[in-house]
Amino acid sequence: MELLLFNAFNGLIQGVFYALMALGLALILSLNSVINMAHGGFLVIGAYLAYTLTPYLGFWGALIAGPILAGAIGLIVERVLIRPIYNRVDPLYSLLLTFGLALIIEDLTRTIWGPQGLPLEIPDVINSPVSTEYFFVTGYRLFVMGITAAAVIGLYLLMRYTLLGIRIRAGTRDIETTSALGVNIYKLRALNFGFGCIFAGLAGVLASGVLGLTPPMGSSLLMPSFVAIIIGGVGSLFGAVLGGLIIGLAAGITTTYYPAASEAVIYLMMLIVLVVRPRGLFGEEGLFE
Amino acid sequence: MTRIAGIVLMWIALLALPWWLPLIGGYTALGSKVLIYAIATMGLNLVLGFTGGLSFGQAAYFGLGAYGAGMTLKYIAPSTPLAIVVGTLAGGIAATLLGPLVMRRRGIYFAMITIAIGQLFYFIMVRWNEVTGGEDGLAGFSRQDIHLGSWVIPLTGTNFYYLVLLCFTIAVGVMWTILQSPLGHTWVAIRENRRRMEFLGIRVERYVWAAFAIAGFITAFAGTLNALLFNFTSPQDLHWILSGNFVIMIVLGGMRSFFGPLIGVIIFVVAQDYLSSVTGNWMTFIGMIFVFIVLVFPKGILGIFNRRAEAA
Repeated sequence: MELLLFNAFNGLIQGVFYALMALGLALILSLNSVINMAHGGFLVIGAYLAYTLTPYLGFWGALIAGPILAGAIGLIVERVLIRPIYNRVDPLYSLLLTFGLALIIEDLTRTIWGPQGLPLEIPDVINSPVSTEYFFVTGYRLFVMGITAAAVIGLYLLMRYTLLGIRIRAGTRDIETTSALGVNIYKLRALNFGFGCIFAGLAGVLASGVLGLTPPMGSSLLMPSFVAIIIGGVGSLFGAVLGGLIIGLAAGITTTYYPAASEAVIYLMMLIVLVVRPRGLFGEEGLFE
Repeated sequence: MTRIAGIVLMWIALLALPWWLPLIGGYTALGSKVLIYAIATMGLNLVLGFTGGLSFGQAAYFGLGAYGAGMTLKYIAPSTPLAIVVGTLAGGIAATLLGPLVMRRRGIYFAMITIAIGQLFYFIMVRWNEVTGGEDGLAGFSRQDIHLGSWVIPLTGTNFYYLVLLCFTIAVGVMWTILQSPLGHTWVAIRENRRRMEFLGIRVERYVWAAFAIAGFITAFAGTLNALLFNFTSPQDLHWILSGNFVIMIVLGGMRSFFGPLIGVIIFVVAQDYLSSVTGNWMTFIGMIFVFIVLVFPKGILGIFNRRAEAA
């Protein structure tokens, strides 16, 4: 029982990273109509920049700077590489372009910071174990959950109550009408891409506190976040978050009973969802079908 | 007329490859690899270029073919033809069974689901250690000489190349015949105007399923040959990076033309072989090739020739 609780909680933490990744991916997918294969790359950028900046800014400064720098690099990438291909109808090209970027970022990370894993220093204040009664849990894991909850709520408020959020949601519905109503959709898409990358960077910094930093950490988190979106339903941000938490939890629980299947179970769940409810838990019927 | 001349020339060059390739610094196994990838990508192009379905997880069926062949040789019987048949069936049947899950989707969603499904097989092969060899890959099998009655063909490097060339010829014949048939024409029509085909009463989803399944069989067929070429297969053979490489090879050569993928494969495989021998950062260069092709060269090499032909 203790082992089950421990693994379930670990899975949930993993699910938090999937959820953060999936949230950024889903933002970019719905407004920019791009499957950002380089999303794992932005995660790695955020994580490694935070690692490099920690000696200068401390953990707290790096926690803020890492995601923001990832977002800034995202803005540049969007402006230089992705904007020229928005008018290509076939989604194939953005997929290939971001795929190439993913290869470049992973390889350069390996060259700059080395292939071996690096640890991210976490302040003792939040790293001490909080409870050893039922199962071992460090404060950092609770901290990760708190920060993620704050980020998700922040995004919700932004989307729900600000003019920018309303424009992003309108653009997701109908980009042409939004443009005709006088919204600069290029700026809108750029900002949205930047937001997506900030979430990737945040996932990177938080994840490196638990898993350590390695160049392929981004690509190994990328695929489960695809699954999170498919299970949650394409077009639903809430679905992406929930999907991420569900598959993380499922993988954690599976680890207790049959560790070898802990990854495969995620994809099996996806297949089941695709059979039983093809549009996903919160997806809209007919979208992308 | 020039088209027929070109195809004849291509076949002569392929037949004579073991003689001329070493002269320009290549090796026969590289020729085999090019042909194997050409089978895989031309099969994938039935979905990607001709039916318009963005299948981005094709390496899964390639890898299933490879593991099917390797495990047959290792655990069942030392027979090369049996290995090819079993591997092809393994990948093809998997694609056929999964087809109904993807056939309703389009565009981005089709791509996402095919990638994610591919990962399922990846993790099965990585984690099913005792049988598949896990991360280290499946070794300990080797291609067996072919027995035709009392006649034995030893599968040395050159002979194996000719076996691959024979398989390539068969695959090309099958694919060409399919594309000339009503089935092939329906695929192209679905790509051009899916809704119109629906209004005409065509069961579009079934045709997409057929394309996905046939592509799965052909890619798996190529995968079996790849396992036999190296007497080894690893989870990298079903990783999504290989899927992406397949797609870029097709786009590089020209996804609207039948032999386009072959051209793309030649350039990509040779470039990869060369880059990985001169620099440790070859992945960066491959990535830059992706970006460059998308921004500057989206129609591929044969696409450029076709445009000139149309203008003339």
